[in-house]
Parts: sequence; C-alpha cells; structure tokens
Amino acid sequence: MKKLALLLAASALASAFATSAWSKTLVYCSEASPEGFDPAMYTSGTTFDAASRTVYNRLVEFKHGSTETEPGLAESYTISEDGTVYTFKLRKGVKFQKTDFFTPTRDLNADDVIFSFERQLKADNPWAKYVEGGSYEYAEGMGFPKLIKSIEKVDDLTVKFTLNKPEAPFIADLAMDFASILSKEYADKLAADKNMVQLNQKPLGTGPFTFVGYQQDAVIRFQANADYWGNKQKISDLVFAITPDASVRAQKLKAGECHITVYPNAADVEGLKGDANLTVASQEGLNIAYLAYNTTQAPFDKPEVRKALNQAINKQAIVDAVFQGAAKVAKNPIPPTMWSYNDKVEDDKYDPAAAKAALEKAGVKDLSMKIWAMPVSRPYMLNARRAAELMQADFAKVGVKVEIVTYEWAEYLKQSKAKDRDGAVMLGWTGDNGDPDNFLDTLLGCDAVGGNNRAQWCDKDFDTLVKKAKVTSDKAERTKLYEEAQVVFKKQAPWATIDHSLVFVPMSKKVSGFKVDPLGYHRFDDVDVAE
Amino acid sequence: MLRFILGRLAILIPTFIGVALIAFSFIRLLPGDPVMLMSGERVMSEERHAQIMHDLGYDKPIAVQFVDYLGKIAHGDLGRSVVTKKPVLDDFKALFPATLELSICAIIVAVLLGIPAGVIAAVKRGSWLDQTLMGAALVGYSMPIFWWGLLLIIFFSGFLGWTPVSGRISLMYFFPAKTGFMLIDSLLSGQKGAFSSAVSHLILPTVVLATIPLAVIARQTRSAMLEVLGEDYVRTARSKGLSPFRVVGFHALRNALIPVVTTIGLQVGVLLAGAILTETIFSWPGIGKWMVDAVFKRDYPVVQGGLLLIAGIIMIVNLIVDITYGFINPRIRR
Amino acid sequence: MAEATNNAVKPQSALGEFWYYFTRSKGAVIGLAVFVIVVLMAIFAPLIAPHLPNEQDRTLLLLPPSWMQGGNASYLLGTDPVGRDIFSRLVYGARFSLFIGVVVVSLSVVLGVVIGLVAGFAGGKTDIVIMRVMDIILAFPSLLLALVLVAILGPSLMNAMMAIALVNLPHFVRLTRASVMTEKTKDYVVGSRVAGARWPRLMFITILPNCLAPLIVQATLAFSAAILEAAALGFLGMGAQPPTPEWGTMLAEAREFISRAWWVVTFPGLAILITVLAINLMGDGLRDALDPKLKRS
Repeated sequence: MKKLALLLAASALASAFATSAWSKTLVYCSEASPEGFDPAMYTSGTTFDAASRTVYNRLVEFKHGSTETEPGLAESYTISEDGTVYTFKLRKGVKFQKTDFFTPTRDLNADDVIFSFERQLKADNPWAKYVEGGSYEYAEGMGFPKLIKSIEKVDDLTVKFTLNKPEAPFIADLAMDFASILSKEYADKLAADKNMVQLNQKPLGTGPFTFVGYQQDAVIRFQANADYWGNKQKISDLVFAITPDASVRAQKLKAGECHITVYPNAADVEGLKGDANLTVASQEGLNIAYLAYNTTQAPFDKPEVRKALNQAINKQAIVDAVFQGAAKVAKNPIPPTMWSYNDKVEDDKYDPAAAKAALEKAGVKDLSMKIWAMPVSRPYMLNARRAAELMQADFAKVGVKVEIVTYEWAEYLKQSKAKDRDGAVMLGWTGDNGDPDNFLDTLLGCDAVGGNNRAQWCDKDFDTLVKKAKVTSDKAERTKLYEEAQVVFKKQAPWATIDHSLVFVPMSKKVSGFKVDPLGYHRFDDVDVAE
Repeated sequence: MLRFILGRLAILIPTFIGVALIAFSFIRLLPGDPVMLMSGERVMSEERHAQIMHDLGYDKPIAVQFVDYLGKIAHGDLGRSVVTKKPVLDDFKALFPATLELSICAIIVAVLLGIPAGVIAAVKRGSWLDQTLMGAALVGYSMPIFWWGLLLIIFFSGFLGWTPVSGRISLMYFFPAKTGFMLIDSLLSGQKGAFSSAVSHLILPTVVLATIPLAVIARQTRSAMLEVLGEDYVRTARSKGLSPFRVVGFHALRNALIPVVTTIGLQVGVLLAGAILTETIFSWPGIGKWMVDAVFKRDYPVVQGGLLLIAGIIMIVNLIVDITYGFINPRIRR
Repeated sequence: MAEATNNAVKPQSALGEFWYYFTRSKGAVIGLAVFVIVVLMAIFAPLIAPHLPNEQDRTLLLLPPSWMQGGNASYLLGTDPVGRDIFSRLVYGARFSLFIGVVVVSLSVVLGVVIGLVAGFAGGKTDIVIMRVMDIILAFPSLLLALVLVAILGPSLMNAMMAIALVNLPHFVRLTRASVMTEKTKDYVVGSRVAGARWPRLMFITILPNCLAPLIVQATLAFSAAILEAAALGFLGMGAQPPTPEWGTMLAEAREFISRAWWVVTFPGLAILITVLAINLMGDGLRDALDPKLKRS
C-alpha cells in the first residue's frame, strides 16, 4: 500500500513537470471527428484540418488565406514546353517529425514523394489497399491515375512527373490534401512490423505540428514541430476539442473553453459578435449554389427563356430567408475569392415585369415546370426546400407554375444527372483546389454532361475557352480566358446562380494571425494566442 | 438452478440470431447507399461506384451477405465502418467506456437516492413527505430529458458558470486512456485536479440520465415496501415491539428489494436509450451519439454492428437479472 | 388487505365505483383537469390561438414573453426566430401531441391485443414464434429502434408514429397473452367452451373484457410514453418536420437559440412535461381505481 502511495506521488511529480510545458496552447473546437489520418483516403474538410494541414506538407502549398499557391516542399519547379513534364526541386534538409512512435533517421528525399503518389496511382502497390475498404477517392476523382504517366527520381532532391496530356491546374492539384507527402521510412517500418494501418492512425510528416494523440470523438492533440523547415510556430500546443453541436461550440467559446471555433449557427452569429471578448471573422466560402435548367429540353433550350426566368427570381429574398443574411447573392459560377472572378459581369436584375414580357416575347405561355429541392442542408444551401418555395412564389408572379420535387439524397444525386431529367435542379459545389477549372470545366464543360454538368449544357464557345485555359500554363493568359468564359456563361444562362454562403469563424480576441481560408481549411500555422 | 439457466440460454440464442437478422435487414432497407453519399456532389463514375460496392461486398445476394455476416460475427468480426474504415468493434470498444461510465454513475445516483426516497415515502405513507417525494418522482418520470438537459446547461453552465458545457475532462489534462473510464484514468494519471475536473464534467449528464431511472426506482421501491409492510410477518415483528428502524431496515426492505432489483436491471435499456439523447446534448463521446451519427451517415456496418452489440448487452443484462431473480426468489424457477 | 379498510362506502354501479376510486386521488383529478384543458386547446385551437401557427412577422423576431421588457401583449409567450407566436404554436402543437398519442396507442393496442390473444389461445409453436419476435423487439432500446425505423421509412410524423407503435407492441402482446393464459383455465371460459362457443367469440367476447383493466392502465402509460418518444424523435430531427408545430420539433429548431432566447427553448419543453405529467397522474389514478390488486396507496 505504501509503495502504491509512493508511486502515485512520484507520478504526480513527474506529471507536474510535464504540464509545466503547458505554455501556449491553442484550443480549437472542431465540428466533427476526423475520419482517419491519411488525408489521401478521405474527402472531408474535417479530416484535412486534422491531418493534412497540421502534420503534413505538400510539394506546393496554398498561400495562407488565398487560393494561390506558393512553394512548399519543392522550392522550385520547371514545366516543359509542351506542358507535360513537371520537374520539382526539393527543399534540402527538411526533417520529418520526431515522435514517441517513430524516430526518423533521414531527411526528406525523392523517395518519399514517389511513395506518397504511387500508392494512389498503382493498383499493385503494396499500399494501394492497406486499409480494408479504403480507397484513394480524391486522386481517383481528380483523374490522377489517368493523368500521370510516370514519376521518376532524377536525384535525391529532384523528382520528375510526366503527364499524359498538358494540364494547367496540375500545380493547384498538388497543393491539395491528397497530395500530402508522407515518410517512406516510416511506412517501410510499419510494413516490416505488419502494422500498416497505423499510417492512418498515427500520422507523421514534415508539417508545422507533430501528432501527439487522438482520443476518439473527443480530443486530438498536436505539438509544435521544433524542427519545422518553415516559420517557428508561436504556439506550443494545438488541441482540437471535437464538439459536434454548434450551440455547444458557441457556449464553449464564450466560456473560454476554446479559443476558436467554426460553423456557428447562423442565429448565434449576432450574439457572438456582441461579445466583448470575441471577434467573428467572415468571408465568402469557396462555393456556389445554383439552379440548373435542363438546357436540352424545350423551352429551357432557349437562352432567352432561361434569362427571363433568372430575372424572375428574387435572390436577395432567398439569401435573407435561408441564411439570415449569411450569404451573398451570386452572379458568376465561381466565388469572388477565386482568382479570375469577373466582377464586370452584370447580374440579371430582379424584375418580374421584364421577365414576364421576355417570356411572352419568347412565345412561352402557361409554362409549368418542376424544381428539384435537395433533401439535405448543405453549406451553400442551408434549406433548399425553403428556397424552392420562394422561387415557386417568384415564378408564379410571372405566370410560371412550379411543382417542387425532392428525393432521398443519394437518389437525388443520381437522378439529377440524367440527361432527360424533367425540371430544374437545385444543387451546388464546394471547390477543391481554388482553380477556376475546378468549377468552370468540372461543372459546365461538355464532357461533364450526364455527370456533374446538371444543366446538360454544352456550349461550343464556353467549352473552347475553358479547355484552352486548362492546357495553358501562363496564369495571366488563363485569367483572361476564364473571365471571358464567365461572360459567355452569363449570356447563355444555363444556371440561375443563387448564392455563395459566408463562412464565419468566431474566435477569442486573444487569437491573432488566424486567416479565414477561402478554400475552407482551418489552418493554425503561424497563429498566436495571448496568455 | 442449472436447468433454469440453460433454459434461459436456449431462448437467448434464437433471439440473438433474430436480432442479428433484424439489424442486418433493417440497414439494407435504408434508402440510399453509403458509397453515393460519401462522394456527395462529386460525381462518381458508374464503374467506380460498382467497383467500390463490389469491394465492400454489397453486390452479392442479400441472403449470401447475411450468411457471410453471421459467419463473421461468430469470429468476432463486425465489419468496418464505411466512413472511417475502422473495425466497428474497435470503435465500439473505444467509445463504450464513456457510455458505461455515464450509465454506471447514473444508476448509482438513481439507486442511492431512489431506494431511500421510496422507503421513506412508504413508511410515511400519506404524509406531505410521501406526496412531495412521489410528486417529484412522477415529474421525473414524465420528463422529456433532452429538454431537461438543455435547461440544466442554460442554468448551471450558462448562467451560473458552475459546470463545463461539454466534454469528459478539461483539455488541460492529458493522459493515456488506460481503462477508458475517465474517473479512474484521471486518478491513475496522478495529475492534480484531473479527478475533480472529470467529476465536474460528469455531473450534469449524470443528473439528466439518472432522472427517469431514479423516478422509476423510487416509485417501485415505495409500492414494494407498502406491500411488504402490509404482510403478516412484518406486522408481527412490529407488534413484538421491534424498533421501526429494524423492521423497515432488516425485514421489510430485504423482501421489498426483490422486485426492485428486477426494476434496476430493466433500466439498462432505458439508460441506453437515454444515452442517445444525453450524449447528443452534451457531446459526450459514447455509443449513443455514435449510433445516431451512423444512422444519419448510412454507415451500414456501424448501424448493424451497433444494434447487435447494444441488443446483446441488454439481453445479457436481462439474463443476469433473471438468474439473480431466480436465486433470490426460488418460486419462479420452474 | 388495503382495500378492505378503504371501502367504507360502497357505491353501486361499476362505473360509479370506478369514479369513486378515481376521484379519491387528488393527483388523478388534477391530471384529468389538465388533460381536459389540453384537449380543449387542441380542439378549439383556431379560437384560442391569437395567430396562425406558421404566420410569420418578420419585424418581430425573438420577441420576449409579454410580461418581460420589450414584450408585446399580442405575443403572450414571445416569438421564435422567424417571428411566429410561440403561444399559438404551442396551442396548435397540442393537436399533434394528442394525435400522436391516440394513433400510437390505438395502433399498438389493437395489434397488440390481437397478436396477444392469438398467442395465448393458439399456444404451441405460434405462441413461441410470436413471443420470440416480441423478445427481439424488446432487446433493442426503444428510442434506438424507433430511430432506425424512421430512418428507413423516411423522417415524418406518420412514420415516427408507426415506429413508436411497433416499439410499444410487445408490452400489449405480453400483457394480453398473460391475461389470456390465466383466464383460459377459469371456469367460465371452460364452461362456455363446453357450451360450444367458437374461438373468436371466446377470444373477444368472453375473455377480452376480463383483461381490460391492465390493458387500460398500460395504454395510459403508452400514451404518455408515445408523446415523449415522438418529441425525442422530433428533437433528433427524425420526427415531425419543420415547420410543423410539434413540440419536440419546435425544441430542436429552437436549440440554437439556447443562449439568446430562453423562452423559445423553455415553453415547448414545459408543454411536453405538463401534458405527459397530467396523463401519468391520470394513469396512476386509473390504475388504482381499476385494479384493486394493483392498488398501491
């Protein structure tokens, strides 16, 4: 018994020392548990916040608070004349994190890069299916296995990617989470220990924070990476307190139990703004909500009809009713935080009388149509049903009868793709990599008809522009092409663009250096917190 | 006695297979498929979709899938979550202690307060004390606990600031989960204040979860006591001049406890159902919340595995209660 | 035992006797009174409620109750985040709660009694199969089972009611079966069987009336439990869908305002509590009055 007491006292002492390192901790109340810690295997922002933006780096990185890229683990790169060969020069002396589960013996080199990608590209790679039931959905979705011909090691610090065709967004793709660079040495060790799944449980990379531990559905802990190649972090510890309920998150922030949180209830925003100890940062999210007409069916095959209908919708009323103002009316198919956003484009003004006249002129009488409303709440459209009801009322004013239909979500996604679909579909998109291509070609290009192109819209002029931009490396040139594409889009009006939702990040006034990320990440590198 | 236990077990096995069948077929009936939901707005090609469904084994005939499933259960394999790709059993093991800790605390509170309240009410039958206690018990029994939890948060966490809003322990404390029970782990960690932090986090959820069992136990104890107090041997004991305390404490209570023990056992189902609401309100990382999330995400393996495990626990506890009851009360042994 | 001392005055008719015992309990009478008020509220909702349940006044969002500063006499309990009168919504909500109770109880009583009668009469394999199925249903926590059922059927009030009815079923089946088993061997049943009475007659006319008392008590309990469970499902987003003024759904919608406007959260919950409490008080009274064996006070 005495022994036990002694032991307890000793461990109390030891832990007293351990907690004295508790100097500067940032607590982040996150919205959900990460699905895992291998960012290549998942698609949710929650997982990216917890795994890739903390522990890992990529060859190129997004600039803090921007959709533009900057050098990451590759300090420079060159692109061949024909745009198919990318050669990356790696940064020298980049250290992998030292943790209690693995101590790296070497710096980052080309092998790590090749390992990180090849596992996602080749079905016969030993790491292709190291988690049962897992798959590399993102690389697949971005078409990487088809796009990349080969990845070669030129020397220890030089890697060459050869593509099957030129692809300008490739650099932006490499800044995405699935392109995070893992340690091959660590992976080899796990393979030797027959414990490959640990790669998805205890991440180890080169990023600003070192993974310490995860208590399921409760807490994730990180420490600043002392050997980080970039800026020295201002905080010593980073804690994710997983708090799925939005009102509880708000409560905890107010009670000082966390410094920063995300996705507040729209209703709480005012109250949080009113709190003297808090600030609420906000920005348009990288998203769009739209109503896609089926442009293959009469009378929606006529641009003037679509344009007239667009004029009939009171978008501001939708934003007010659905978002209580926490969104902005959209005029372009890409959000305003994205480069090449064409601010000169004029939106179709809300004018029921003009809309009615235009419909009459187009010879449309007694039109009745269906509007599809999503059964779920999405970041870009919190309540599709309510929005659809408002549109129904708007359209009634110009003599168009609307029937609102809805299906179970998976069914909705599936059926809305059909080319012969009856009705206009409400849907939206959240961008992946901040490249306009990811909106314009992905959602409106000819080859997406029957898939992501819910308007079934194939316009020669538009498609030529975005396809050209896709293979052009020069950014200024691309910007021009995309701006022009937006003009064509507006003239043709395959969609009624509805809104870009606003992202709110409430935080304590003690926090400094946090930037709302247009890509929807929550990054804590270079963030500071006052004592 | 052995025959009694064996008889009970014999009933348990077909019931368990029935439970497995229900858990399994329910989830097949859920509209929408998880692969489609995972990809969301991002369109997945038909081939890719078919490939993943094939990899997950969802393309086989349902009957084959069920037989496969039973075979796997027999080996302790409940499949993997479609969302996290982790084995269902691992997730369950990681989260169950949180629910168990909360449930045990709740049942302890319910028993420690409920039995004395019932006894007092029975002894002081008809008095204002009886009426107050039983009135309170009926209010507790009628309580929508999700609302009750919200009120407690508003008052104690929001208004008074006495208790934390959610979580199991202050984030200041960090130690490995040795047992998964925060109260024990915090003591083992030896960190100063850790234990009291764990306790303060546990108070409100415990109160909320204990409310209904407490009411049920108090009511049950009172009626059982009344019945016993009316019986001849108690009257005899009283007339012999034994002190009321002895009568109530030793003679009556012991006999009255028999039905109460059953009632306590039957609260397990109530607790687990209550845990769903309590954990949702307090963001308590337990299996109740886990199940609700899985239902919303159409995570087939988690829903079916979770249903099976939870039903299994309830069945086993009920069996234990039955057997205990058989021991205490030999009359029901057939 | 207890009743012997209580029966000082013995009224004549069965109904009279029932009423005599029922009114002896103050709680039961209060419960009944409150319940009648709730029923009247539901029936005359359009007359009582000053506003329509879904009528929005966009200029008066989150108005506090009328007795507080900033309150408005026309909105007795204040308004919700989209400017609807909470009092009116609660009054209309009474309709849903009572409707839920009635539908769930009728469904589970009718089905439960029939299945229970069949199990009790048929015996043998039929009985075993039925009772095993009931065991299986009982093996799941009721709320979890209802939650999964609603997820399958799709979230709506109707589906929530069906799920709750199914979850309640085993109690009625067991109760009926147990009563049948005891009554079956009694003289009057054996007698009428010998006299040539047919099964259905035996089941419904001879035996059933004799099992009614515990069934009625159980039905009252199920009534209040159904209201609670439907509210819980609504709270989890799996019950009645907004903008239906169902009390649990109102709570779920109001939850985000917990820190700003206590009244939006407090009153719907209070309405649930009071209604359920009233029904349970009645249930206790009913039990005492109907079933002397169960008499507890």
